[in-house]
Amino acid sequence: MTETASIEKKLDTIPKLLLDHAKQRGNSSANRHKDFGIWQSWTWSEVAEEVRNLACGLAKLGFKRGDKLAVIGDNRPRLYWSMVAAQALGGIPVPLYQDSVAEEMVYVLENSDAKFAIVQNQEQTDKLLEIKDRLPHLEYICYEEPRGMRDYTQEFVFYYKDVQQTGRAFHGENPDYFLQELEQGQGSDISIFLYTSGTTGKPKGVVLTADNLIITARNSIDFDNLTADEEVLAYLPMAWVGDNIFSLAQAYVIGFCVNCPENPETVMTDLKEIGPTYYFAPPAIYETVLTKVMIRMEDAGKIKRSMFNYFMELAKSVGIRILDGKTVSFAEKLLYSIGQILVYGPLRNNLGLSRTRLAYTAGEAIGPEIFEFFRSLGINIKQLYGQTEASVFICAQPDGQVKADTVGTAYPGVELRLADNNEVFYRSPGVFHSYYKNPESTADTKDAEGWVATGDAGFFDEDGHLKIIDRAKDVGRMTDGSMFAPKYIENKLKFFPFIKEAVAFGDEKDYATAFICIDIEAVGNWAERRNLAYSGYTDLSARDEVYDLLQECVESVNADLARDEKLSGSQIKRYLLLHKELDADDGELTRTRKVRRRIVAEKYAVLISALDDPQQTHCEIDSQMTFEDGRTGNVHADLQIRESVSIKSHVHTLAA
Amino acid sequence: MERKIGETLLSVDHISLSFGGVKALTDISFSIRKKEVFAIIGPNGAGKTSMLNVINGFYHPQEGEITYKGVHRKQMRSHEAAVQGIARTFQNVALFKGMSTLDNIMTGRIIRMKRNIFWQAMYLGPARKEEMENREFVEDIIDFLEIQAIRRTPVGRLPYGLQKRVELGRALAMEPELLLLDEPMAGMNIEEKQDMCRFILDVNDQYGTTIALIEHDMGVVMDISERVVVLDYGKKLADGSPDEVRANQDVIDAYLGVPH
Repeated sequence: MTETASIEKKLDTIPKLLLDHAKQRGNSSANRHKDFGIWQSWTWSEVAEEVRNLACGLAKLGFKRGDKLAVIGDNRPRLYWSMVAAQALGGIPVPLYQDSVAEEMVYVLENSDAKFAIVQNQEQTDKLLEIKDRLPHLEYICYEEPRGMRDYTQEFVFYYKDVQQTGRAFHGENPDYFLQELEQGQGSDISIFLYTSGTTGKPKGVVLTADNLIITARNSIDFDNLTADEEVLAYLPMAWVGDNIFSLAQAYVIGFCVNCPENPETVMTDLKEIGPTYYFAPPAIYETVLTKVMIRMEDAGKIKRSMFNYFMELAKSVGIRILDGKTVSFAEKLLYSIGQILVYGPLRNNLGLSRTRLAYTAGEAIGPEIFEFFRSLGINIKQLYGQTEASVFICAQPDGQVKADTVGTAYPGVELRLADNNEVFYRSPGVFHSYYKNPESTADTKDAEGWVATGDAGFFDEDGHLKIIDRAKDVGRMTDGSMFAPKYIENKLKFFPFIKEAVAFGDEKDYATAFICIDIEAVGNWAERRNLAYSGYTDLSARDEVYDLLQECVESVNADLARDEKLSGSQIKRYLLLHKELDADDGELTRTRKVRRRIVAEKYAVLISALDDPQQTHCEIDSQMTFEDGRTGNVHADLQIRESVSIKSHVHTLAA
Repeated sequence: MERKIGETLLSVDHISLSFGGVKALTDISFSIRKKEVFAIIGPNGAGKTSMLNVINGFYHPQEGEITYKGVHRKQMRSHEAAVQGIARTFQNVALFKGMSTLDNIMTGRIIRMKRNIFWQAMYLGPARKEEMENREFVEDIIDFLEIQAIRRTPVGRLPYGLQKRVELGRALAMEPELLLLDEPMAGMNIEEKQDMCRFILDVNDQYGTTIALIEHDMGVVMDISERVVVLDYGKKLADGSPDEVRANQDVIDAYLGVPH
């Protein structure tokens, strides 16, 4: 035991792990990349050699301990190796988002003092050349793909393979250099800078140490029983912390193979060809997949469609129970295995998820029906809650305890605590070192004892699972003191296909109210099937029948809210269906379709005060809207206000 | 391949073409030099496509002479033109709609395949090797044109802009020395046009292919070509660098109209 511990202790940097794998499993695949239509692959010993040559080449160019290396491009083995090569020399890789425009890169490159940059192609090289005058630290640019680069004669621009060539010669002359540099590395060394996207203010460079990454990766490998036989597809941005854990740290700790897609457009095809066993995707991707399946099933023949519907219905009850390890009757098992042959198997194969044992999602709330769909197919999809500052993991759902609306329990090694305003704080081995060159922000976020403020508000449910409800600063209080979390309520509403947008109000009010925008396609479809004629959005959303339809949605959200003691008071008492869609052209949404709460509140102040006044059942409004061609027009509408039944929290009833 | 504009690759001298009484081209002469991007422009019905058809041997002119790679001919023959390294794309995409992108581009290689149908059907020995070599070449083109994502998609399902790109790919598969592009940017939006411009310049740059293109969009033509010939009513109005052509009064009149 002590012996293994001492060996593991020695393997405390990514480059050390690389050399260990080259020794232990030198002939198994470490990386694959589809190029020219064929999966090219590299074994661990080949990767070790590639990294060594590159590192020596960089050293020859003058790369020193502590130097920063910017890495820009799509997920490519050579770019991952660049990061490892920099670490081997005691340098710090700084991956950047490859789709940023040159202007956006200036700040990160300047702030991080990047001296070297390794980029994917001509496009990225051009961006750097455009801004190089403003980057006094940037000395060398090295590109991976030679296409179109023939006429670049600048003496500071190098071809990746040429650098490796020099490195090979350098290694010949100084055979001990690489190993000596690598051995100097320690777990406490700074391993990487990851810049947070910076939705508010300038991006911040999160400094993570080798220990942060490696200990977190070890914990996650134990938590999910990952092995060296996993196959993953690395397709999320390299500048994102998740990719550094899933496609780099975990792979280097346990030794599984990381596959890089041919290019960003081919991800779906590549996914199918690789069939990853372990997979991460944001909710939007799962949603797209589900929608695609549903649309294609609509077009399928009658027999296929009814077969699909029958077995999916069955899977919803049986499949999820099997996955959670609960008891299933023999007949159900038999039917499920027939379904496996006829529907689930082919479907999973088509989605590239045949072999997927474990799938994660995070970042945003995922619709329960999406979650249910994948779980019923036997794909163990789980949610996690993480941050760059935590080296990803704060919470995750343990196997068999998966719910659509929580993010799970505290991750191994993570301590959690809630502040009075319900803000989530954590402390873990993955907690970041600091924000680079920004001691004030570091102090604001991380206290002396290592507790980090997430900025998210949440609470624990009856099983001890954390529920994230909103950004802490957006969470308000109602007059009776109960918590009001607008985004949480809105998300619950938006999970209904009939609801496109929702805006909830309740901070410092007696009761909560909401604007709801119907989804014209879903509701329109529903109306057509009922022979309900309508002339347009405004007309449809004013119909009594539509109000009746939406009433059910609102009441089921209320029932949901009633289940949580803390949120029970924020049930929606009065609501209205807005006469127009919220639109980015009218300034009501951001371009990424997030509701601009303040602007909506200002623009529809009349409606809000009508909702707040229990006497009013109608409200007239004139509002301006922008048409697609840029013209503006006025819409007049008389909106009805509905009351919805709120349910007493059973927790309250018991207490009373 | 070093890209340096060299000696004349193709020249047409005093070409006249008529269909019955309709004179499509009258006494046209110009030359295309190796490795340049050459454009033929002109208003609708000026005879641009007819000119291209004469060059690749689809139309046979009544008068004049064509010199390609130093060989004088009264007329080109289509098959001969293809074997001699002249490839083209069409104004209205002419692909095999039901076949995949990959297969469409592979058809461009047929001219380079030497094994007969028997060997190919057996897919043995030399035929197999040949197929693999050609596939490799085609994959190179797919990579070059960044169409990996649609490798297996039937081209009929692709948007127009991509179909145009596939067509360019098929022409490139012939390893042409002279590439004739008939309105490569017609019907495209700005972004697609920019992409196409880049590909045309990259083809010219990387493979050293001589390019002769017809285009309506003056802006595009002036940006990417080294030399421009202007046709109007089957006659040559001007011939020179984009700047010279832009300043030419006849050209301005033809494009903007003259007050009568």
